[in-house]
Amino acid sequence: MSDPAPSITLSSLESEGALLTLAGSWVEGSDAPEFSEFLPRLTSTAPERVLVNGDELGECDSLLMAFLLQLANVCLERNIEFQTEGLPEGVVKLLEVATAVKPHREPEQERAPLLQQINPLRLLAGVVSDIKDSLAFIGEVTVALMRLIAGRANTRFSDFMTFCYQAGPDAFAIITLTSVLVGMILAYLGAVQLQQFGAEIYVADLVVIGMLREMGALMTAIVMAGRTGAAYAAQLGTMQTNEEVDAIVTMGISPVEFLVLPRMLALVVMMPLLTIYANVLGMIGGGIVAGGMGITPLQYINASETAITAAHFGVGLLKSLIFAVLIAVAGCRSGINSGRSSAAVGQAATEAVVTAVVYLIVADAAINILFQQMGI
Amino acid sequence: MSTTTSAHITVCDLTMAYGDFVIQRNLNFDINRGDIFVIMGGSGCGKSTLLKHMLGLITPAQGDIEFNGQSFFSAASSERDRMRRRWGITYQSGGLFSAMTLAENVSLPLQLYTGFSTREIEEIVDYKLSLVGLGGYQSYYPSEISGGMRKRAALARAIALDPEILFFDEPSAGLDPISSRLLDELIVQLKESIGATVVMVTHELPSIFDIATNSVYLDANTRTMIAYGNPNELRENSDQPVVRQFLSRGIEAVQDSAA
Repeated sequence: MSDPAPSITLSSLESEGALLTLAGSWVEGSDAPEFSEFLPRLTSTAPERVLVNGDELGECDSLLMAFLLQLANVCLERNIEFQTEGLPEGVVKLLEVATAVKPHREPEQERAPLLQQINPLRLLAGVVSDIKDSLAFIGEVTVALMRLIAGRANTRFSDFMTFCYQAGPDAFAIITLTSVLVGMILAYLGAVQLQQFGAEIYVADLVVIGMLREMGALMTAIVMAGRTGAAYAAQLGTMQTNEEVDAIVTMGISPVEFLVLPRMLALVVMMPLLTIYANVLGMIGGGIVAGGMGITPLQYINASETAITAAHFGVGLLKSLIFAVLIAVAGCRSGINSGRSSAAVGQAATEAVVTAVVYLIVADAAINILFQQMGI
Repeated sequence: MSTTTSAHITVCDLTMAYGDFVIQRNLNFDINRGDIFVIMGGSGCGKSTLLKHMLGLITPAQGDIEFNGQSFFSAASSERDRMRRRWGITYQSGGLFSAMTLAENVSLPLQLYTGFSTREIEEIVDYKLSLVGLGGYQSYYPSEISGGMRKRAALARAIALDPEILFFDEPSAGLDPISSRLLDELIVQLKESIGATVVMVTHELPSIFDIATNSVYLDANTRTMIAYGNPNELRENSDQPVVRQFLSRGIEAVQDSAA
């Protein structure tokens, strides 16, 4: 670069004026003067007007403009007359455009001290209002469900079918994989212990009870929370961003009836079916491991048959129904309340999965304790 | 760089098609350096598609587009990226990154492609936002400002690198008349001060007559361009009634049928 380095010379004029001579090329990579360093030099002379001369300027880009804009703004603030006649025409025009609108000033906001911000009471209030919101949402869904039963809801059957397909057949592959593996894990877990007592045959009981009562419903629910719950949150969040939800509301349609109900009902219908499927595959997975331990398939099937009871089966199905509602509530609520940006949609999807998983585990524990007490 | 009327962008024998469906064919025209060039035409004639071809977002079915005499579509992808860095583009709905503040949006290209220091970038961002009348809105997110402000913020990002070519897709659609005129003025100012070539798709007749220096009219029926030239002259002298009709908001047609 043969261009001269950028520089500023400040000289005083008669009658309280300051003459600024800008020279050199103000381009990327040149070590241009910093405005904050230059400002004290200018204010120390307390000028009434500032004249800028740019005759010796070489090539310049936005760097010069950024400097001049700060100068112009300072002059405006302090009632200093700013004369730009000595600058190139293009620069003057751009400066005019840039100063045409006064910078927006944020209204002063009082910020609470940090200690007050992390007030535990306030945190608790946040949790309480979150729970309230969830309950209100479940209330809205219940009202919508009543309208549906009364035949007055704006819920489309074709939507319901689409969501059934997405929450059912579409999920077969991943449910197959997870439940076979979970069945095998359960069998291995029991096998090591039972072998010590020579009671290998009870692996079948362990797998059957474990899958039917617990793992079949829970694993299916966790997979569906990650798969379908997150998808619901993302769909509804994107619709919120595109103002589609606004369009639905202004058409006089309840978004809960139109968007939430078909999704929730689809999950409620499909999840028990998926759970039954998962139970069967889990037992097959357990059988594979049992075969490896020297139990013949016939022995395994016989032992399983005696272990399967209506109570075990019913508990699993009941759980899957409750889990379906929880996943749909978590997913749809996060989606409907999502912010209107791409980041907010991502956040909604994350929130949907995290809340759903927490709900699932808490609900599962509660149900187990309840049935334990009731002796079922 | 010194020649003033050399072709900056050349569209050569361009055919645009989605699969077998041809949208426009035989497009041949030049956009000169320093032009404000308008792509006109009725709805669905392929204006935005043509712009997307120019931006290299869609590969043409046939033909090529040259920038400074260099073919875009036969260039290597690294070369294409290098060419794209000299463009500034605003999309129909802004295309701002919604997860970033306005300042972050504008500073992104500066951080990626220039050697400015952090302080210099901050100052340049302030300047670019002031240019579009958004000084002081640095820490706002796109979702927190109005649609017109979003368009201007998108413009601030487009001019962050002082581009050689500015592409606009419907810059003033949805703006009030005053904002729309201010945006036009801003485009002219920017074009003059940074010496850029401007290519825009627009329907706004006042803005076409005010600032456009050259234009092309794409016809949806014949599926090719039927007029090329300064829109003010085309309005008076075009031999195509469709073009005169378009430029006079259909009044020409009424006069014709009355006569």
